[in-house]
Amino acid sequence: MNLAEGVQIVSFAILSALVIGAALGVVLLSNIVYSAFLLGGVFISISGIYILLNADFVAAAQVLIYVGAVNVLILFAIMLVNKQEDFSTLPRRWLRQGATALVCGGIFALLATMILVTPWSIDTTSSAMIDNTIVEIGKHFFSDFLLPFELASILLLMAMVGAIILARRDLIPDTVTTKEGTTTALTLPERPSELEVRELASAKGSSTSK
Amino acid sequence: MTTGIDLQGSFIESLKQLGLSDGLSKALWIPLPSFLMIIGATVGVLVVVWLERKISAAAQQRIGPEYAGPLGVLQPVADGIKLVFKEDIVPAKADPWLFTLGPVLVMLPVFVSYLIVPFGQNLIITDLNVGIFLWIVLSSIAPIGLLMSGYASNNKYSLLGGLRAAAQSISYEIPLALSVLAVVMMSNSLSTIDIVQQQSGYGILGWNIWRQPVGFVVFWISALAECERLPFDLPEAEEELVAGYQTEYAGMKFGLFYLGSYVNLVLSALVVAILYLGGWEFPISIDALAGWLGVNESSAWLEVITASLGITMTVLKAYFLIFIAILLRWTVPRVRIDQLLDLGWKFLLPVSLVNLLLTAALKLAFPIAFGG
Repeated sequence: MNLAEGVQIVSFAILSALVIGAALGVVLLSNIVYSAFLLGGVFISISGIYILLNADFVAAAQVLIYVGAVNVLILFAIMLVNKQEDFSTLPRRWLRQGATALVCGGIFALLATMILVTPWSIDTTSSAMIDNTIVEIGKHFFSDFLLPFELASILLLMAMVGAIILARRDLIPDTVTTKEGTTTALTLPERPSELEVRELASAKGSSTSK
Repeated sequence: MTTGIDLQGSFIESLKQLGLSDGLSKALWIPLPSFLMIIGATVGVLVVVWLERKISAAAQQRIGPEYAGPLGVLQPVADGIKLVFKEDIVPAKADPWLFTLGPVLVMLPVFVSYLIVPFGQNLIITDLNVGIFLWIVLSSIAPIGLLMSGYASNNKYSLLGGLRAAAQSISYEIPLALSVLAVVMMSNSLSTIDIVQQQSGYGILGWNIWRQPVGFVVFWISALAECERLPFDLPEAEEELVAGYQTEYAGMKFGLFYLGSYVNLVLSALVVAILYLGGWEFPISIDALAGWLGVNESSAWLEVITASLGITMTVLKAYFLIFIAILLRWTVPRVRIDQLLDLGWKFLLPVSLVNLLLTAALKLAFPIAFGG
């Protein structure tokens, strides 16, 4: 075993441990923000495994899309939602947890059988070393994977147009009088927070009592 | 095209002649360029901090630092040592793990990005197929660190500041990537070496800035916004906000943010020099010059001169851009957050898209000039 192989095996072991540990953390930790950050760790470790498989472009795209876009979006969603909810203890909670464990175990068994049954024929002798992966990916995109590629482009275009339409607030007039109160141009048209609703309700209550 | 000096090859060869095994000599080589890069980046930051103090002093008709060392060149070192010795406070109700990890996550990707900066034909840590794409990818990790440090401070100003900083970073990444894509389209490669080589041969006339003037401006504006430089330093605008996501940070943890933003500035300037100003190329093509003077292209002394000229040219170009950035800091007023987002989404994004489409059209129409 020479130096390169040793480095590969050690990095594979470290990366697998990181993926499994971080993924368990995502599921098991009670703090949702920790889960979101650990999800980023999972994505980065998987990108490391892609690098070990010589898939440099996929590894980079994995980090860009999943860590740079998806995970940041999740974090934004978590940090902007300000909802306090105290969960009451349910009777027979173990029933739900047992069902979840059953489903998860079933999926795990299914995937494990798939991995064991599939003949992973890795032909190390004939496959020529690909110098430029991007050129190869481009060739595949415009020959045998043309339809999925175009479909994905249309999907992304739709998402972009939708986002622009949602983000355009030109149609909303400067002053809107809602039933809760007045919003100015500086406040975004959104539902009032729980605190405001409570204040409004108490104000109404006091005015009616008078 | 000459291959220039192969430092790696000669280093490994000389170790082998000393009687070391092949694997061991290669393993000894691996950490060397990284250490060199870290030291280079840190020295670059010290120089930028000194330059910033001196140029800002000149812009305001002051003298600037002058007691620490000749012309005050040791002032940034003193600043750094002060930050190291300051007490490292973690607020009582902050999240200690995320609070420590946040600055590291902001700074680390910037240092890793130095992998792809070439100073010559072989003077680069790794020549990756996805070189410039890797830089964009790594800069997309920084928002996570910003959000993390904003959240972990357990402070509403910090949380909002982190969200704002992340939003700014995300919105300027898209025009940045689109203007890089136009350059990549012209040079048919994502590798930084290929991008520089495509600009070589005609000296200053071959540089991408003449073919991509719009892309150059868009890229430089976006890079400044990514580095949180004035006029886009909203995340740490000390008058409007209470210093944004950095409010609770002190000592070396604050120093890491500080270091990260300056390293990022140096790195962005280097990348602009590579993408648009011909990288390590001299304004007059050295190959052509050697041809006129009748010097053999592969002679050893010419290669040494070419390599040292390459490093000098890259650094000179980068520091010229940094000089412009510092001048901008003292001449342009800060933008508001809505102006910032308007500029990013409503102006730079369409302009860079049109630039990309125009480049594609020109590439089809004039394949000679635009890399067919």
